[in-house]
Amino acid sequence: MKRTETPLIPRPEGLYCPEGDFHIDPVRPVARALITHGHADHARAGHGAVLATRQTLDIMALRYGADFAGAWQVAEGVTVIGGVRAQFHPAGHVLGSAQIALHTRGGRITVTGDYTRSPNPACAPWEPVPCDILVTEATFALPVFRHPDPTTEIARLLASLKAFPERAHLVGAYALGKAQRVIMLLREAGYDAPIYIHGALQKLCDYHIAEGVALGDLRPATVARGKKGDFAGAIVLAPPSAFAATWAQRFPDPVICFASGWMMVRARARQRGVELPLVISDHVDWPQLTQTITELDPAETWVTHGREEAILRWCALEGRAARPLRLVGYEDEPE
Amino acid sequence: MISAFAHLLERLAFSPQRNAKRAHLAGYFRARPDPERGLALAALTGDLDLRAVTASLLKGLVAERVDAELFALSYDFVGDLAETIALIWPGEGTAREVALADLVAELQETRKADLPARIAARLDQMDPSERYAYLKLATGGLRVGVSARLARQAVADLSGLDLAEIEEIWHGLSPPYSELFAWAEGGAKPVSAARAPFRPVMLATLMDREGLRALAPGEFLAEWKWDGIRVQAVAESGTCRLYSRTGDDISAAFPDVIAAMEFEGAVDGELLVRRGAEVAPFNDLQTRLGRKAVSRKLLDSHPAALRLYDVLIWNGKDQRARPLAERRAVLERFVELLDPNRVDISPLLPFEDWDALAALRADPPEAVIEGVMIKHRASPYLGGRIKGHWFKWKRDPMLVDAVLLYAQRGHGKRSGYYSDFTFGMWDGDQLVPVGKAYFGFTDAELRDLDRFVRNNTVERFGPVRAVAPTRVVEVAFEGLNRSTRHKSGVAMRFPRISRLRDDKPAAEADHLSALLALLPDG
Ligand SMILES: [Zn+2]
Ligand SMILES: [Zn+2]
Repeated sequence: MKRTETPLIPRPEGLYCPEGDFHIDPVRPVARALITHGHADHARAGHGAVLATRQTLDIMALRYGADFAGAWQVAEGVTVIGGVRAQFHPAGHVLGSAQIALHTRGGRITVTGDYTRSPNPACAPWEPVPCDILVTEATFALPVFRHPDPTTEIARLLASLKAFPERAHLVGAYALGKAQRVIMLLREAGYDAPIYIHGALQKLCDYHIAEGVALGDLRPATVARGKKGDFAGAIVLAPPSAFAATWAQRFPDPVICFASGWMMVRARARQRGVELPLVISDHVDWPQLTQTITELDPAETWVTHGREEAILRWCALEGRAARPLRLVGYEDEPE
Repeated sequence: MISAFAHLLERLAFSPQRNAKRAHLAGYFRARPDPERGLALAALTGDLDLRAVTASLLKGLVAERVDAELFALSYDFVGDLAETIALIWPGEGTAREVALADLVAELQETRKADLPARIAARLDQMDPSERYAYLKLATGGLRVGVSARLARQAVADLSGLDLAEIEEIWHGLSPPYSELFAWAEGGAKPVSAARAPFRPVMLATLMDREGLRALAPGEFLAEWKWDGIRVQAVAESGTCRLYSRTGDDISAAFPDVIAAMEFEGAVDGELLVRRGAEVAPFNDLQTRLGRKAVSRKLLDSHPAALRLYDVLIWNGKDQRARPLAERRAVLERFVELLDPNRVDISPLLPFEDWDALAALRADPPEAVIEGVMIKHRASPYLGGRIKGHWFKWKRDPMLVDAVLLYAQRGHGKRSGYYSDFTFGMWDGDQLVPVGKAYFGFTDAELRDLDRFVRNNTVERFGPVRAVAPTRVVEVAFEGLNRSTRHKSGVAMRFPRISRLRDDKPAAEADHLSALLALLPDG
């Protein structure tokens, strides 16, 4: 690898590539942005021009309206920006999510965005992209995070439904990705009753269906006043923010469930008043993260956001070069 | 089986409501055999006597398997030692069932030198949830949001026994409580073996100006609310014991008080450090607490005393069903006979109406008074916090606006979030740290503050992050002491973040001089 200059620089507005004069997942409006996926903290409105996968562009338009950016382009094959060759590869995280591979004068760089190596039927699986510099997320980068098989978590939800048939099961799940993941896992487990969804999930569920992701019978979780009994024994999905609102009070003695990788840690579940924590993650856990670094064997590993101290330590123990980028503005739990 | 106990702990951890916890406990006690359920009960009430498995022993075991720094980072995030080890321990377990009784016996009987290897072998067998339960058991601090009282309540629920009846004989029982469970399932009541037992303490509910309007002043007695610790002093058939309000026997730390208990009965009052007529600040009492033995010197410099306000048993006769006014008359008569340096009575406050009481509350004669107690003249003495009889009307908290300076991840309920804050006030153009707070905010405010810390870190010192000094918070606290250990020269009592003052720029936070002006002696 020839290193004439630093190919990527962390800046307050996001990760900047001087050679191509663009940012990746910037948190403030910039002239040119490459965007890995549609989560609100990675994909923001107001950029001059956006390069992303077709599905990520669609999701941004759904979220922010058709004028979410000055101009946009679908990432297909190799795009040359300045002197930099950029190519998008699947990340397995959510529908449309991608890793971005850059060929710069400073070497081959893979920016993972958010990613997981666990199978996710909503999108193409993560694939290894060889590189000199791996720029990875570290959301769950602590050795305590070994996420279980999500089918066992769904089995616990179905068991609870059986044990408390008079109670509604309210499942907190983020609108993009996690909600559809939970629905698909339920369908795979043979649950074919209607699933009720909060209004905030409607657009993105419709979009998944339009993209060929089968979700079965979905119905709006609207209820007429005084008809609490309607949702007894039903599964209702809502974004976690809905639980703080009076919205949740309309259901009969609800079992509050939350689908998130954080649910491994008891205090996290208790802080949210969760009665049934479901450990379902769309990020790499510790074994997957360390496996990825080992397999790609990059000359350097850079860490974007999350719990960077632990993975830096692991790299040091393994004799691998690594550095934190300390990017700010990314949420642990995007809504 | 450890798996059943692990399952119980999991359900308790995730049931926010007391009633749900109570039902889970009762369900477990009903389903599981002796001695497992009794050992579980002892673990929950803190009565299981195991060889202390120390945090350092466990850390040593983990250190052989996981890099120390990776472990420290994980522990910092998870916030609970047992949980961190349970999650980080390599392997998935062998799914072999182990009886709780075998684990308890092993922990009690294994030679100290062999203990680490035994524990490691057990951890290898278990899955993460069982490891957690086992480690909680072994270290003795379950802290699963269940009080000893709630655990006993669930035993009472098995056949509708009265909790007070169980509490009365509790201190005479021992694990695995087979006779207790037999009684709770319809058998004979165990004979109380305890001498000078603890009786459930009557607790007050919070009152404010608004709520008083509905009450007739003539029906109530009022006293100062002393800033000591609530105790029950029991002297029966030659045995004298001093209990904390939760029933812990603290006699060993207070031989001076024990020696002065020359009566036959059980009384309720405040434990204070008192030099003649002058009651010392709470700090002085704190130096006497938690000791197994007390030096002559400390007894002389920090003499402890009782200030009584109620009587439960007098000369073998139970007074608890009688109205407070009558119990008070009994108390007044017998305090006369005791050493006035060690035992006195908490005086009644004269007041015609609530305005008069409010005036007294606003200007207490001593700094160690933290409000007033208001008690119904007719109230019987009832264990627990029963509404409508006793009220506490606390002094208003003191308030200052301060700037967040440092943050650290919290433990327990708030673990994983930056929730332990150091805040500062202006001294000239410098911000001086004046205290630490780790509660008072709502869960939503906590997530907001956590995000603020992560996005505004300017420096890191190990686990501590310095943040940009831009965020103003209102800090409420109960009192102020001079302190040589703090840079600011003062220490707050019970400081908490009562409000986020995002309407205020940091320049408008309060000055240290405003805080110093609140010191009791100016
Ligand atoms: Zn994401
Ligand atoms: Zn992210």
